[in-house]
Amino acid sequence: MIEIDGLTKRYGDKAAVDGLSFVVEPGVVTGFLGPNGAGKSTTMRMIAGLDRPDSGTVRVNGRHYPGAAAPMAELGILLDARSVHPGLSARANLLALARTAGIGRRRVDEVIELAGLGEVAGSRAGGFSLGMGQRLGVAAALLGRPQTVVLDEPVNGLDPDGVRWIRLLLKSLAAEGRTVLVSSHLMSEMAQTAARLVVLGRGKLIAETSVEEFTGRAAAGVLVRTPETGRLGQVLAAPGVTVVHDGTDLLRVTGATAEQIGAAAWRARLPVYELTPTHASLEEAFMQVTQDAVEYHAGATR
Amino acid sequence: MSAVTGTVLAPVPATAAGPVTQVRVVRAEWTKLRALRSTRWCALTAAVLIVGLGAAIAGSGTAYHVSAANSAAKGISAALLGLLFAQLVIGVVGVLAFSGEYGTGMIRATLAVVPARLPVLWAKVVVLVGLVLPVTLLCALVDFFAATAIVSSRGGSAISLTDPGVLRTVVGSSLYLTVVVVIGLALGALLRKTAAGLSVFAAVFFVVPIVVGALPPNITGFAPYLPSNAGGALWGSPLNATNPLSPWAGFAVLCGYAVLLIAAAAWRLRTRDA
Repeated sequence: MIEIDGLTKRYGDKAAVDGLSFVVEPGVVTGFLGPNGAGKSTTMRMIAGLDRPDSGTVRVNGRHYPGAAAPMAELGILLDARSVHPGLSARANLLALARTAGIGRRRVDEVIELAGLGEVAGSRAGGFSLGMGQRLGVAAALLGRPQTVVLDEPVNGLDPDGVRWIRLLLKSLAAEGRTVLVSSHLMSEMAQTAARLVVLGRGKLIAETSVEEFTGRAAAGVLVRTPETGRLGQVLAAPGVTVVHDGTDLLRVTGATAEQIGAAAWRARLPVYELTPTHASLEEAFMQVTQDAVEYHAGATR
Repeated sequence: MSAVTGTVLAPVPATAAGPVTQVRVVRAEWTKLRALRSTRWCALTAAVLIVGLGAAIAGSGTAYHVSAANSAAKGISAALLGLLFAQLVIGVVGVLAFSGEYGTGMIRATLAVVPARLPVLWAKVVVLVGLVLPVTLLCALVDFFAATAIVSSRGGSAISLTDPGVLRTVVGSSLYLTVVVVIGLALGALLRKTAAGLSVFAAVFFVVPIVVGALPPNITGFAPYLPSNAGGALWGSPLNATNPLSPWAGFAVLCGYAVLLIAAAAWRLRTRDA
């Protein structure tokens, strides 16, 4: 369990994390979402005690992590940036970490096999591809069989096989009753893996909920097929209603229910051949929710 | 991995990790230091510099004769001249022990598993001292026996370890380099960047003593207290032969710098974000 309460971290006069509070429960995979610069990595660094919060508290399994007697039993963490020594072999990197907790070579070899690094365990980590580096980082996080696992972008750079491995691994860790917090920009992957979500924007909490509730809350669109796209669009025009016309006989309407659209079309005597409510995908829901909280827009918006 | 059991929580399987102890962190640091190629290269280079240069000096010029002006210890100090180069290599090992971890990002992994942080600093001190002290002592002894054998074979004085000041000079050279590696370590921890750590180290141990040596004597009363000069009093550094500090007083001054720098490094490691 991770309990975060009133967490604030400033760099200069800019707050990277601003009064953040949320709880990550054991037993399910919790996705940690947010645009670039939302404060995810900073929060993870504070969970691991690498950065000191300006105010607020972080508790890992009910305790202040830096005071833990057996840190590797409590928390295993993969950070976004690389944190291995390129001059050391994969095995030496893992062994150096394992030694601090009296973990033996057998467990080191076990995580090497688990991460699919068996053939390169003796090679210097500096020559590893991004994906291999990620596997090594995940192996390091699992070394102590920790109660809580925190992974920042674990699928970054992984091949499809690796992505699948991470998905199954995270689920099995959660099923063992561990606490699993994982960040990713791959929404489709997150939708398959996570049961709960913590969403950040500009250092603040935007949502802390289940995946279903999060996507359900997002403005679901209604697909309307009509030969009178232009006129129906005018009829539907109202504050809070968006009508997108893709040039065919389809309209995508958000901000109005299928009932409202059907009734409006009937009153205006416009034919409608199809009226389909659609659910927002996690990606669409995420985009809607974080629109105002995006730190770095790519060129013009929308 | 156990089977996925849906929403029913199985008890979390036993952990593999025990408590962090200082001894375990020392083992971890030794694992890193031993496995790094730079450690082996630096140790080898230091050995070649000390022994090779000592043998070359012993074998060139007129063979050393002990007299009222030229003590036995002074002859050994001259044979240890390679130390002045070796200290740069030793300083590199010290600086890299921390800056190498900051530069590669490994420091985050290291401090995440030892969140109390200070045990990492103490462990690095222990393994560096544990490496440098025996290696440099061995180098100094080999250098001593090689140089004295060459000098006496060329008709010079036979100098033995029991002659006044000789044992102190030989052991002192090793003690000097051992404190130097600790100072390098502290600089690496304080500055975090390899380039910055090495620049400051080189400035303090090479540039400043030379510049100060060229200044008028009335404004350089502090010169004997510079780290390299103070430490040089112990092993009779030829660069600062007239140091007014007694050998052990000079060494105490050098140790004082090391303690201050390590204390500053500990404070910074403990209070700053990794």
